[in-house]
Amino acid sequence: MNLIQFMGAVELGLLYGLVAMGVWLSFRILDFPDLTVDGSFPLGAAVCAILIVSGVDPWVATFCAILAGMLAGLTTAWISVRWNILHLLASILTMTALYSINLRIMGRPNIALLGEKTIFSALEDPALRSLFTMPFAMFILSGVVLVLLYRFLMSEKGLAIRATGANSRMAKAQGVAVNRRILFGISLSNGLVALAGALFAQSQGFADVTMGVGTIIVGLAAVIVGEAIFNPRIILTALIACVFGSIFYRLAIAMALNAGFLGLQASDLQLVTAVIVGIAMVTPKLRAKILDFASSGR
Amino acid sequence: MSKTTLVKNTLKTLLLSLLLTTPLPAESPPKKIAITQYVEHVSADAVRRGLIEELARKGFKEGKNLTIVFENAQGNAGTAGQIARKFIGLNPDVIVGITTPSAQAIVKAVGQGSLPIVFSAVTDPIKAGLVSSLTHPQGNVTGVTDAPPIKEQIAFLKNLLPKAHTIGVLYNPGDSGSASSLEAIRKEAERQSLKLIEATPFKSSDIQAAILQLVGKVDAIYVPLDNMIVSAMGSVSALALKHDLPLFVADSGSVEAGALACLGYSYSQTGHKTGQIVSEILRGKNPSEIPVASPGRTDIFINQDALEKLGLSLPEAVRAQAHFY
Repeated sequence: MNLIQFMGAVELGLLYGLVAMGVWLSFRILDFPDLTVDGSFPLGAAVCAILIVSGVDPWVATFCAILAGMLAGLTTAWISVRWNILHLLASILTMTALYSINLRIMGRPNIALLGEKTIFSALEDPALRSLFTMPFAMFILSGVVLVLLYRFLMSEKGLAIRATGANSRMAKAQGVAVNRRILFGISLSNGLVALAGALFAQSQGFADVTMGVGTIIVGLAAVIVGEAIFNPRIILTALIACVFGSIFYRLAIAMALNAGFLGLQASDLQLVTAVIVGIAMVTPKLRAKILDFASSGR
Repeated sequence: MSKTTLVKNTLKTLLLSLLLTTPLPAESPPKKIAITQYVEHVSADAVRRGLIEELARKGFKEGKNLTIVFENAQGNAGTAGQIARKFIGLNPDVIVGITTPSAQAIVKAVGQGSLPIVFSAVTDPIKAGLVSSLTHPQGNVTGVTDAPPIKEQIAFLKNLLPKAHTIGVLYNPGDSGSASSLEAIRKEAERQSLKLIEATPFKSSDIQAAILQLVGKVDAIYVPLDNMIVSAMGSVSALALKHDLPLFVADSGSVEAGALACLGYSYSQTGHKTGQIVSEILRGKNPSEIPVASPGRTDIFINQDALEKLGLSLPEAVRAQAHFY
């Protein structure tokens, strides 16, 4: 793996760390398996891209993308909560609808942002342009989001969301408006994912209607890998684990791209990625076992 | 302490070495090209094969004086970006991006650098933001557009089926190739007084239902350059034939897979044209001096079996210049 590839993986890992935090919020905190993200990721990209090519300020476009994502999440949560439909089904409905909606928003399947003004344009100045600029910018962005999300989850409102996910009956008994917390939590989760989509479109130079495929898998893998490595017990570590899990997942893909010398073909990429991620998840458990074995005196 | 730290350190070293492993460099051959495509598709694969054949014809043989690195993003936009980064690190002589998203990912990652980029099988390179002009591509990017000759194709259909007045267009609305030709198809159909019915499957499992929706309403089906439909051509053509619907396609390779007729280019022809451009750059030409090319002259392709089963006969002029499968 060369340095360019390594830094590229870190940059994308930080970006998808936002997706991981969103997925963690729905799956882990609210116990609400939400597949909407496969639609809200390209939704964020679509909204942001169409606004930018229509001449809107990229920061405003990014903000609108977040709002659009939150609206998508709100729809899923509303269908589920109001009509008492299984969360998975509700999210599948929204995700399916979003494919057509994204096509409508963009008006065509692919919008190019190559050469358009984006929030990263200032960094393309030759004086600043280096291998580390974009990863650093992503680090700052995801760091800010992480801190904001952490502060929110530690606040009273955030605590109510966590209580809702942990034990909704108990939370209700304590006077928490459970349904409203779910609506807000899932909106927030999808807002994060849409933000990732918007940043992706701007940093990679295009929005494509097919780019959402597998977002949920990438997000979940990042969450699980992060948990396997960090074994987080508090909120802050859990959030950091999401980001690091995501970076590790991208590094796994980068490694898989370099696995050609093992006689593997380009089409084996997904398999190799899965194996590397699998090894990463098993290793900490294996280590615990070995340590156990060592300390038992044998 | 010793045992646990030993285990820990061994694991750490293992993990670290895994992270830092780089493939062994090959024995420095004179030229190196890196090819990537967005998904596995018969069409994109045909372009790649055509490209490699053409390079061999021009004297660049893989394994001899040419190294080819190939990666496939397997439909993942993030991976496409990572592949682009990997390629930049390899510092090849040319990077080839087949299909729109892969080409975009590479152009974005390379930026205003000096690394030559050749795109292929991109229907609308200007809209895709790859070049600002087809005749004078600026900077380090040029390539091959596969925009099909819509006007000639519709006229060809009318020539074969003079009585047709309604045609069904089968395409995936998420495919950037189809989407960019659709405007032209609508306009041309109107001009040649044909009624259009659009059938739009979003995924390959919806194709059958989409075709059945057209049965009884249309006199023929037309398929633009659409990755998904072209991949499923075997079953598409069988189904069309079963319901006595003549199937016209924009991709000539599809005729071999059972479609009735095509006037146009083949994906492999697109690949050959791409190969010509790549070899010019390998011989020292600057990408900005090479205008964006189209695959070349059009040909007529007819599937004999489908023709007989549909009970159609060809006008003499068409028969004389057609290639039969």
